[in-house]
Amino acid sequence: MAKSSVAAIDWITVLLFLLLVGFGWGNIYSASYENEVISLTDLSIVYVKQGYWILFSIIIIIVIQAIEAKFYERFAGLIYVIALLSLLGLFVFGKTISGATSWYAFGPVGLQPSEFAKAATALALAKFLSDMQTNIKSIRHQLRAFLIIALPALLIIPQPDPGSALVYAAFFFPLYREGLAAIYLIIGASAAVLFILTLLFGPLWVVLGIATIMIAILVKKRKQKPKYSRYLITLVFITGFCFSVNYIFNNVFEQRHRDRFNIVLGKEVDAKGIGYNTNQSQIAIGSGSWTGKGWKEGTQTKGGFVPEQHTDYIFSTVGEEWGFLGATLIIILFVLLLIRLLHLAERQKNQFSRVYGYSVIGILFIHFAINIGMVTGLIPTIGIPLPFFSYGGSGLWGFTILLFIFIKLDANRVNEW
Amino acid sequence: MRKLLLYLIIVTTGFVFVARLFYLQIYNTSFASLSEDNAIKVIYDYPQRGAIYDRNARLLVTNQPSYDVMVIPRELKPFDTLEFCSILNITKDKLIKRLHKARIYSPRVPSIIIPQLTKDEYAYLQEKMRKFEGFYIQKRSLRDYQTENAANVLGYIGEVNEGIIKRDPYYLSGDLIGIDGVEKQYEKELRGIKGVKRIQKDRFNRDIGPYKNGKFDTLPVNGKDLTITIDAKLQAYGQRLMQNKRGGIVALEPATGEILALVTAPTYKPELLVGRKRSPNFTKLYYDTIAKPLFDRGLQGEYPPGSPFKTINALIGLQEGVIDTKESVSCRMGYYYGRNGRKLGCHSHRSPLSMVPGIAHSCNAYFATVYRRIIEKYSTPQEGMDNWRKHVESFGLGNYLGNDLSAGRPGKVPSAKYYDRVYPNHNWYATATLSNSIGQGEVLATPIQLANMTAAIANRGYYYTPHIIKAIDGKPIDNENYVKPKYTTIDKEHFEPVVNGMHEVYTQGTANFLQVEGIDICGKTGTAENYTKIDGVKTQLTDHSVFVAFAPKDNPKIVLAVFVENGYWGARYAGRIASLMIESYIKGTISRTDLEEWVLTHSLEEEYAKPYSGEPFKINQ
Repeated sequence: MAKSSVAAIDWITVLLFLLLVGFGWGNIYSASYENEVISLTDLSIVYVKQGYWILFSIIIIIVIQAIEAKFYERFAGLIYVIALLSLLGLFVFGKTISGATSWYAFGPVGLQPSEFAKAATALALAKFLSDMQTNIKSIRHQLRAFLIIALPALLIIPQPDPGSALVYAAFFFPLYREGLAAIYLIIGASAAVLFILTLLFGPLWVVLGIATIMIAILVKKRKQKPKYSRYLITLVFITGFCFSVNYIFNNVFEQRHRDRFNIVLGKEVDAKGIGYNTNQSQIAIGSGSWTGKGWKEGTQTKGGFVPEQHTDYIFSTVGEEWGFLGATLIIILFVLLLIRLLHLAERQKNQFSRVYGYSVIGILFIHFAINIGMVTGLIPTIGIPLPFFSYGGSGLWGFTILLFIFIKLDANRVNEW
Repeated sequence: MRKLLLYLIIVTTGFVFVARLFYLQIYNTSFASLSEDNAIKVIYDYPQRGAIYDRNARLLVTNQPSYDVMVIPRELKPFDTLEFCSILNITKDKLIKRLHKARIYSPRVPSIIIPQLTKDEYAYLQEKMRKFEGFYIQKRSLRDYQTENAANVLGYIGEVNEGIIKRDPYYLSGDLIGIDGVEKQYEKELRGIKGVKRIQKDRFNRDIGPYKNGKFDTLPVNGKDLTITIDAKLQAYGQRLMQNKRGGIVALEPATGEILALVTAPTYKPELLVGRKRSPNFTKLYYDTIAKPLFDRGLQGEYPPGSPFKTINALIGLQEGVIDTKESVSCRMGYYYGRNGRKLGCHSHRSPLSMVPGIAHSCNAYFATVYRRIIEKYSTPQEGMDNWRKHVESFGLGNYLGNDLSAGRPGKVPSAKYYDRVYPNHNWYATATLSNSIGQGEVLATPIQLANMTAAIANRGYYYTPHIIKAIDGKPIDNENYVKPKYTTIDKEHFEPVVNGMHEVYTQGTANFLQVEGIDICGKTGTAENYTKIDGVKTQLTDHSVFVAFAPKDNPKIVLAVFVENGYWGARYAGRIASLMIESYIKGTISRTDLEEWVLTHSLEEEYAKPYSGEPFKINQ
């Protein structure tokens, strides 16, 4: 079995993984090294540490591959509970680093349970959806599925780490794939659009605009006797939503949150204060031009102009030192990885594996989209890492575990019957 | 569809990101240039500031190197503060405070820690500099004065302030700029244009050669040398004569309007305002509110001109035809007017007098008569007054001269409107303004205006705006304002009797003891009453001693206005000084050493101390 399993491993995915991790380490090196003599055991040096994290993640991979695939399905519930407990434990034993109580400290090493909770939640959701009894069309089961997803997210928000909590939106993708009604998608997408429009133009204009469009549609369709009450109810909901968005934005959000949105929407320019990170990151990327300044030659990277560059802003180093070509290559690598994973997920005969695969894709995609969107100034600042790239042991291990459990499940598909 | 959704979203996101990268990295170049600000070091190459020469090509001002200790806070490494402080002779507290300030200003941009080291300090520090990482030495050039005189003319340079940096992008923090005098007025010519070198830096902030092979670099353009109109020897002599006195001397060349000497007393040595000494010395000078050494009395002191102004009234009288040179006016120790027998007093002299002796003996009654006729020529005193004013203003009085000196005052020539304001019912007549006839009353003029007025008389009807610049980089100036004569409203033929009168001042009038052998001098004494407030009470002080002169009588070479505060009568101080200045300038030597001795040894400091003594004092002794 072991032989067939190893042979069945999807080496394309593994190759993409190795490329991303390797390239990531190179950029962390460039972003963090000083011109100094260092010893390989010096754990205060960022890229040395990351090297050890990578080595350790290879051990994790081997362990994951050695464990029988059925283990993950069978113990999904237990793993999920342990993950929840570890999140709860943070309220008592957690260590606070830069304002967020997200870590357990083991000597010099910090572990961030939220990075592992994603994989646990994916397993639990897969287990639940693949249960013969579960019918995703039923509201009751939908609520249970939402509960599985929401519990860890709710535990993560007060750390506070709203960015990591936001990642749990990724579980929408497996739900949708398994038959969740499209109306959720429509409502969700509309809400997002309305949210942005309200911030840009104010609730009154948005409501007036939508009302105008509705009236135009009704006038056109008046001979088909449309159901006026539906339109009216929709409009009432939209009005309520827009005004509550406005209220929440102005009265519930803190100023720093408002600033982040305002900067992306172009309503405020503040290159020295809150907008500094995004601005410096764009300057660094923009200065890369076609081919970049070359590895370790990034003047912005060297100058330390971009804060948190080796963690959340690592992509700006790629942009500066490898230019448009290098940055595009990374985008392509990520897109290829995701598409490859989609392909793998779709070829699963086992629903558990498919749901889990979709969860992995969703989580990786959300990280990828939000992180690069933030670094390139497309979306507001939400601090989450770029998978396989950003510095950090927990993050790297979390993604490794997430991905390689799926690779193990995929490799095992031949033994399914 | 359900299988496709995520696929579509992933691919779309990929495309959006690539498009965004294209926009940031290829399409929009502003981000790239922003990064240059961060990673390219700009070095400025400061050109030598132009030298300043006097009219006889004597070097007055040149440059000496100076060294500023600069710091880039971000690059600081721990260093031996004790050693650093002892080398530079500052306290540790001060150093910490300045480093803190520099860091707040910017951690990346250099700030000055200690400005303007001397050559010796620099030589010593240079050896140790490698120990102090993050510090470096910026060379600039400071002024080096080859003269101890003319500080008020030359001005000084100092660091630009924030206001200047905001107004003129040429200047950067730490740059030097002319703040006063010629240095200020001809700043653009003197400073040249600094060169720019852009240096590419690598990640360790090491220089790795010129940016884009020096495509954007420029070479510095050297400052231009100036030749100014001052005669250094005459200037020095004037300053010597004015020792222990307060006042001003303005000497002009009437044929060109060039300023030969511009003396103010008390003054200071120009080297006091160089380099690190500048700040404490300037403060000391600035806060001397009694002697006011920074106040250029030759340019800014507005005084009643006194009797020299009578020459103008004589000229206007002739021009307006209200008197001729033959008519004599009698004087009984003054001029009596009005119903109550009011009197404008005069001193004892023979009577009656016609114009020429009238000027020579400075008869008040004579000029009161002339002035009254000028005003009363018209049906209303308003018309008469404005007509009179028009003539007076044509001599450059009552307004700024519009020249290239950094300071100046307009003086004052009253108008009909002015008296209408003083007398709201407009019921004033010539007699109410009679003091104007003898240069008292409402008339005020600066010494340079008096000199210029005298130049117009010496030229018999025109003057050139007094100016300080003679040549720029060896090329004589061609500024129309300075090379085109300005004509007065008086016809040429009327000047001769006035000039003769001024000549008689020397031959038989108020200054007959000041003649110089072999030179026909024309002059006019003045004794100007003046007042001050002591504890809110208007108190009269000893009269100002005023003298204007030109020589020789025909084809004049020099015009002088001398003003000595509280020097009593005109010939006493001002006349003596004028006479010595003329002899020195035209003959080159002084034959009357006793006269020179008298001026050099007489001090007016006691006189100046009187109002501050707090005790009652006598004046005009």
